[in-house]
Amino acid sequence: MDFHAPGTLADALAVKAAHPDALPIAGGTDVMVDLNFDRRRPPALIDLTRVGELRAFGADGAHLRIGAGVPYRQIIDQLAARAPGLALAARTIGSPQIRNRGTLGGNLGSASPAGDAHPPLLAAGAVVELASVRGTRTVPAAEFFTGPKRSVLAADELVTAVLLPVAPGPQQFAKVGTRTAMVIAVCSFAVALDPVARTVGTGIGSAGPTPLRATAAHDLPLPWDTAGPLDDDLVRRFGELVAAAARPIDDVRGTAAYRRHALGVLARRTLTWAWDDYRKGRA
Amino acid sequence: MTTTVSTTRGGVGDSALRPDGTLKVTGEFAFSSDLYADDMLWGATLRSPHPRALIRSVDIGAALALPGVYAVLTADDVPGERRYGLEVVDQPVLAGRSVRYQGEPVAIVAADHPETARRAVARITVDYEVLAPVTDPEAALAPGAPQVHEDADDDPRAGHSEPGPDQPLGTGNLTRHVPVRRGDPAATAPVVVAGRYEIGMQDQAFLGVESGLAVPAEDGGVDLYIATQWLHVDQKQVAACLGLPADKVRLTLAGVGGAFGAREDLSMQVHASMLALRTGRPVKMVYSREESFFGHVHRHPAVLHYEHGADTDGTLVYVRARIVLDGGAYTSSTPAVVANAATLGVGPYTVPNVAIDAYGVYTNNPPCGAMRGFGAVQACFAYESQMDALAAALGMDPVELRARNALTTGGLMPTGQLVEGPAPVAELLRRVRDLPPAPAGADFLPGGVANTTRGEGVVRGVGYAIGIKNVCFSEGFDDYSTARVRLEVINGRAVALVHTAAAEVGQGLVTVQQQIARTELGVDQVTVATADTRVGSAGSSSASRQTYMTGGAVRAACRLVADRVYARAGVPEGRLRDGAVLDASGAVVASLADVVGDDPIEQTTEYRHRPTSPLDPETGQGDAHVQYAFAAHRATVDVDVELGLVKVVEIATAQDVGKAVNPQAVVGQIQGGTAQGIGLALMEEIQVVDGLVRNPSFTDYLIPTILDMPPTRVDVLELADPHSPYGLRGVGEPPTISSTPAVVAAIRAATGRPLPRVPVRPEHIVG
Ligand SMILES: Cc1cc2nc3c(=O)[nH]c(=O)nc-3n(C[C@H](O)[C@H](O)[C@H](O)COP(=O)(O)OP(=O)(O)OC[C@H]3O[C@@H](n4cnc5c(N)ncnc54)[C@H](O)[C@@H]3O)c2cc1C
Repeated sequence: MDFHAPGTLADALAVKAAHPDALPIAGGTDVMVDLNFDRRRPPALIDLTRVGELRAFGADGAHLRIGAGVPYRQIIDQLAARAPGLALAARTIGSPQIRNRGTLGGNLGSASPAGDAHPPLLAAGAVVELASVRGTRTVPAAEFFTGPKRSVLAADELVTAVLLPVAPGPQQFAKVGTRTAMVIAVCSFAVALDPVARTVGTGIGSAGPTPLRATAAHDLPLPWDTAGPLDDDLVRRFGELVAAAARPIDDVRGTAAYRRHALGVLARRTLTWAWDDYRKGRA
Repeated sequence: MTTTVSTTRGGVGDSALRPDGTLKVTGEFAFSSDLYADDMLWGATLRSPHPRALIRSVDIGAALALPGVYAVLTADDVPGERRYGLEVVDQPVLAGRSVRYQGEPVAIVAADHPETARRAVARITVDYEVLAPVTDPEAALAPGAPQVHEDADDDPRAGHSEPGPDQPLGTGNLTRHVPVRRGDPAATAPVVVAGRYEIGMQDQAFLGVESGLAVPAEDGGVDLYIATQWLHVDQKQVAACLGLPADKVRLTLAGVGGAFGAREDLSMQVHASMLALRTGRPVKMVYSREESFFGHVHRHPAVLHYEHGADTDGTLVYVRARIVLDGGAYTSSTPAVVANAATLGVGPYTVPNVAIDAYGVYTNNPPCGAMRGFGAVQACFAYESQMDALAAALGMDPVELRARNALTTGGLMPTGQLVEGPAPVAELLRRVRDLPPAPAGADFLPGGVANTTRGEGVVRGVGYAIGIKNVCFSEGFDDYSTARVRLEVINGRAVALVHTAAAEVGQGLVTVQQQIARTELGVDQVTVATADTRVGSAGSSSASRQTYMTGGAVRAACRLVADRVYARAGVPEGRLRDGAVLDASGAVVASLADVVGDDPIEQTTEYRHRPTSPLDPETGQGDAHVQYAFAAHRATVDVDVELGLVKVVEIATAQDVGKAVNPQAVVGQIQGGTAQGIGLALMEEIQVVDGLVRNPSFTDYLIPTILDMPPTRVDVLELADPHSPYGLRGVGEPPTISSTPAVVAAIRAATGRPLPRVPVRPEHIVG
C-alpha cells in the first residue's frame, strides 16, 4: 500500500487527481477500522493531517468556516458559541480519544447515516466545500449525501471545509443511544431556529438512508413576535412532522417504530429548549 | 468457626497488592496474544457461514498453492479423537460431514504471515448443502423435530468435567432434563402469580481474544502456551485429539485477558497444536474480535415459565417452573448449567412444594456454556420477578415478602439438601433496604451528554433482588486442587515458592496464593510460579471455587511444610511468624532460615472439598452442592419513560463472603459482577436471527462503560463457613446474579411496565 503525505492542499489535490482510488485518511477513526477488519484494501492512502489549510477555522464573510481536518475536540472547546448545535453533537461522539482524532471532514467522507455531525449541519443550513484540481464547488449539506455511505464527492475531490451561517438563533442537538457513551446513534435530532428568516431548521440522523430534514416543519408558525410560550399543540405538531419525515428501518440498534417515536420526543423537547433560549434572548 | 487473625503483612485478610498489578496498569503485562517465538507461523481458521449445512467437499488446492502457506488441514487430518467436549464429547475439532452452527471451524491454515494465512483461508472452497437450521428450542424438543446431531459420526460420550460420567446423557435434541420434586407437586394456594420470562444471549465479552502458541517438541509432543481456565482439562482433550499421551502435551498458562466462563471450552488449542506438529514450526493463533464472538460459548438464552402459590400472609406454598435453556449446537457445560437452574430455581427461599423441570436443548444457534452465574442467573431473573409480582398481588412490601420466606441455616433446599453454615438471606435484604436512599439528584440524567432530557419524563424507581449460587463443582464430581509449596533460603532469608496449575484470569488468585503462604509460613517473600501442567490439576477457575479449592490446597501444602519445619526444629506444636519458629507458648526458638538452611522443604498435596452426591434422576433430590453463596442488591434508577432510557443511579449491595481473604479484591469482584449484571439488564445481547449472529462486534454488542456504572455501596459480611478454608465463601458469581433482577425491578417500579425480558430495550419501556 502506498502512502502519500502531502504538506499543502494543492499537493493533496494533485495527489488525489493522480491517484483517484487512493483513500484520504484524516483522523483515521473510520479508515483504520475498515483496514483492520479487512473491509477495504485501498492501493494507497493520502494522509491529510499535514495539510495546514484543512485544520484552519474562522469567520469567512457571513459564514463560519470550519476546515475539514478540525477535530471534534477543537469544535467543542473553541466553537461552542459560534456553532452550538455542532458542538453539542461533537460532545456525543465516541470517546475522548475519538474526539481528539476524529474530524468533521472524516464524518462527511464516511457519509454514514449515523454520522452525528450531519444533523446539525442540515439544521443550520450549512454548505460543504469540495475541491479538486478542477476547482472548488459548494454543495448544501442536505444535498451532499446520496445514500448510505455515499455522497456527491467525486473521485478526485476532497472535502475542504464546512461553511455554517453564523448562528442567528438558538440550536439544539440530542441523540438516543442504548448506553451512556461510545454508542452509535439509534436516532438523533438537531434543530436550529432562525429568528431573522423565521424558520425552523431540522436535521434527523440515523433514521433513513441519509440524514434528513423535516422540511414540512420549516415554516412552523412560532410566535416570533410575542416570544410567548409555545402552546402544546404546536409542539406536538412539530414532533409529528419530524417523526413523519423520518424513514427509519428495524436493525440491531432499534426498531423503526421506536426511532419514529423517539424522534417525536426529541423534536418536542429540543424545540422547547431552543425556544426558551430565544425567549430569554429577547427578554 | 475458624478465625484467622492476620499477623503477617500481606497475609490472609490484608488487601495485599497484586503481583501483576503494576505490569497490567503500565501495559507491560504479556497477554497470550503477545506470545512470540522465533520462526513462528501464524494460524487462521475457516469457519462456516451457515448455521446448518452438509459439507459435500472441501477444496484446499488454491490455498496450498499460495506462497507462504505451510499447511492447510481439515477434519481428515485430525490425528486422534475427532471430537472433544467438557461434559460430553460431541464437538468436532474440524467439521467433517456437516456444520451445526455459524462460525464452526472447517479448516485451518498455517502461513508465514497472519495476512497470508487469512488470504489462504479465503481461497478454500467448501461446497455446502445448506439446510434449514433448528433455531427454536421449544420446537426442537417436540416429537419429530429435525435432529441437530442426526448425521453425527458417533454417539456423544461423557467428557471430563462435571457433572461427571455417572449422569445420564440426553437423547435427541435434549441434552439434559433435571426435574426437582419436593412435597406435593399439585399443591394449591389462595394467591397465585404466573409469568413467562426470557433471557437474551449474553457474552462474556472478555477483552483478551482467544490466542496461544503451540511449539512442537523434540519428543514428538507439543508445548502449548495458552490463556485458559483449566489447564488439565484442556490437556486431556488436546492430547486425545492429537492422539498423544498426556505427558507429551504440556500446557503453560499464558497471560489471560478475562475469562468469565468463555475459556472453559477449547478454542484454538487443538488447531494450533495440529499445525505445529504438521509443520514442525511454532504456530501462533490470535482470533480477531469478530472471530472471538464465534470462538467461544455464550450464556444460555432461556425461556422460563413460573407459577408461585402463596398464603394470604405471603408464605410460599409452592413453586412450579419449566425452564428451557438453549444450548446451541454442542453440549459444552449445558448439563451442569441445567442442574443449577433446576436446583437453585426457587431462589434462596423455603418452599415446601416444588415441581421444577429444567431442560437443555441442542439447536443450530451458537453453542452456549459457562458464564459467570452459570444457570443461576437465568433462574434468578425469573424467580425474583415472580417475588415482586407476588408482593404486588398481596399488597406486601417486596423486601418483607422475601424476608418472610427467606432460607435460613438449617433450612432445606428443594433438593432436600440441608443448608449448613450461615444463610443470612433476610439479613442481606434488610441491610440493603435500610441504607439511606440514593441521593435525590444523580450526577447526570438518563442520556447523559447526549442531551436527551432536562428532567422531562424522568421517573425514579427502586428495586430489590437476592440470589443464590452454589460454589465449587457439584453432583458428586471428584473436585480437587493440587499445590506444591517449597520453602528455601535465598540470600539468608526464608522464602516460599508456590506452584499450582490454577489459572489466574484476572480475579487475583496469584495474590491470594501469596497471602495464604505468608500467613501459614510466616514469610514475606512468596513467589507464585507460572501455572502449568508439571504440577497436578487445580480444577477450573470457575464456579467461584479457586480461592476455596486452590487456596485450600496451598494452605494444606504449607501446613505440611510447616510440620516438617517443626520436626526439624524439634518443637511439637510450633508456629511460624515473621521468619521465626515459635513454640506453643509463643516464644521464638529459632529463625526459620536457620532451620531450613540449605535443605529446602517441599510438599505437594491435593485438597478436596467435602463430597457431594448426584441428583436423583426422577426427583432431583440429593446433597448435590458444596456451599451456597448469597448476595442482595438494591438498585435505584432514573428512567426517561418517554424515551425508554435508563440511568442506574446507585447500587447498594450486601454479600456474605465468609472471610474476605483480600478485602479489596472482594469489593472488586462485587463491583465487576454487578457491572456484568447491569449489562445483562440493559444492553448486553448477542442477537441471533435464523441461527445467524447479527452483532459480532463491540460496535453493536454493547457492554457498560464507566459512565453506565453507578456509584456502588458494598457491604461485606464475614460469617464463617464451617467447612471451607478460613471460613471463606466463593465471591465471584453472586453479584452477577441478583444485580440484573434488581435493576429490572427498579425500572418496573418507575414505569409500571411488566418487562419480562432482559436485556430491557428502550422500545420495551416506551411500549
Ligand atoms: C470507537 C469509535 C467510536 C465512534 N463514535 C462515533 C460517534 O459517536 N458518532 C459518529 O458520528 N462517529 C463515530 N465514530 C466514527 C468516526 O470517528 C467519525 O466518523 C469521524 O468523524 C471520522 O473522522 P476521521 O477524521 O477519523 O476520518 P477518517 O477515518 O480519517 O476518514 C473517514 C472517511 O472520510 C474520508 N475523508 C477524510 N477526510 C476527508 C477529506 N478531507 N476529504 C474527503 N474525504 C475525506 C476518508 O477517506 C474515509 O473514507 C466512531 C469511531 C470509532 C472508532
